[in-house]
Amino acid sequence: MKTSALAAARLVALRDLRLAFRKPSQLLQPLMFFMIVATLFPLSLSPEMSRLRDAAPGVLWIGALLSSLLALEFLFREDAVDGTLEQFALSGQSLTWMLFAKTCTHWLITGVPLALIAPVAAAALGVPGEAMWGVVASLALGSFAMSLVGSISAGLTLGARRGGVLLSLLTLPLAVPILIFGARATELAITGGNIAPPMYLLGAIAMLGVTLAPLAAAAAVRIGLE
Amino acid sequence: MNWTWFHRLASPPHVYAFAQRWTRWFGGAAALAMLIALYGGLLLAPPDYQQKDAFRMVYVHAPGAWLSLMIYTTMAVAAAVGLIWRMKVAHAAAAACAPVGAWFTVVALGTGMLWGKPMWGAYWVWDPRLTSELVLLFLYLGYMGLRAGIEDPAKADKASAVLAVVGVVNVPIIKFSVEWWNSLHQTPTVMQMGKPKMDGDMLWPLLLMFVAFALYFVAVLLTRLRAELLRRERNASWIREVVA
Repeated sequence: MKTSALAAARLVALRDLRLAFRKPSQLLQPLMFFMIVATLFPLSLSPEMSRLRDAAPGVLWIGALLSSLLALEFLFREDAVDGTLEQFALSGQSLTWMLFAKTCTHWLITGVPLALIAPVAAAALGVPGEAMWGVVASLALGSFAMSLVGSISAGLTLGARRGGVLLSLLTLPLAVPILIFGARATELAITGGNIAPPMYLLGAIAMLGVTLAPLAAAAAVRIGLE
Repeated sequence: MNWTWFHRLASPPHVYAFAQRWTRWFGGAAALAMLIALYGGLLLAPPDYQQKDAFRMVYVHAPGAWLSLMIYTTMAVAAAVGLIWRMKVAHAAAAACAPVGAWFTVVALGTGMLWGKPMWGAYWVWDPRLTSELVLLFLYLGYMGLRAGIEDPAKADKASAVLAVVGVVNVPIIKFSVEWWNSLHQTPTVMQMGKPKMDGDMLWPLLLMFVAFALYFVAVLLTRLRAELLRRERNASWIREVVA
């Protein structure tokens, strides 16, 4: 009996989760990177809490973007090197669904932990406690959109030498709207405003990503595997 | 409908001969239109009531900005044609578009900065229009970077084509950014429904300059396309006949 596309996607997701928990260091690296970036700002800017609070949305989002770029390296590269992606492409299953599952899992193991530890960094930057829900929600939604956009560029750079620099050159221009609306939502959360409007826009970007990014990523991965 | 013209576009020798024949005509027309538009814009058009003579920067700035978007769209369409119909010439055309488009983006940003200093008091402001034009430049650079980063030409063609198509989302953002966000950059005065909000004496040199820039783009594109075809088809037999 042929496995359905959804069942195949589920298997891919379970496999990626299992692999991720066998190599916890790979999960921790982007998180540590994020915390270090957040620590460097008070040292370089000023230890004054009022100034840090003003800079906090920018610091948190730049840190999150850079750390998710670091994590994007792990999205496809290892599976491309050991031939797993090739097997996926040849399996007769929908590559789009499998890559969508991979991307969602990638968000679960990188974006969600990042959003969960962000309050620690945010508190260190003088963000008040009642703003934490907004910080977590905006980073969680934003990192989901970021994983989706990043899956396209991660697929495109599979065939390239020196993929790392190229990956950021391709991803960052496309991630600009996510950064704008995400940082705006965080800022509104900190100043006590209504975070709904930028969150809706962020959600719209994520939905656009859900519908289009897996298709583009599948096309990109197929090209990279040729 | 007769599709022969479309199928012939897939043939490198045909396109090469076409480009060779038409480059000088497009180039000549561009030079002529540019001279007339410059005369009209710099000498005939009356000074602006607010910006005085400084407004004349518009004759380079606005066509440059329009071209930067138009070329990106052209490049994305060529890339999509290359992906869908597996047309090698279309990939070559997309590759030939990128540096020209990036250069027009630089022109739009550069002249905008020179114009912004006397008018806004700063070379650069973080305004949505300016920022999204800068992002367009990064998209062009990313496209060229990806192309240069992949060794296998066929793979580079396809991967960069996917990127060009994905990057199209940015084009409407730039086009409408001035209307969506209320910003320092002025709203469109030419491209709008009904009558343009610009005096006829000022308007015709601007439109003619746009035509001149577009013709110039076609001339440069055809030249670059020829170079690209020569490089890609260097082992083909028709090259020997053409070059000899």
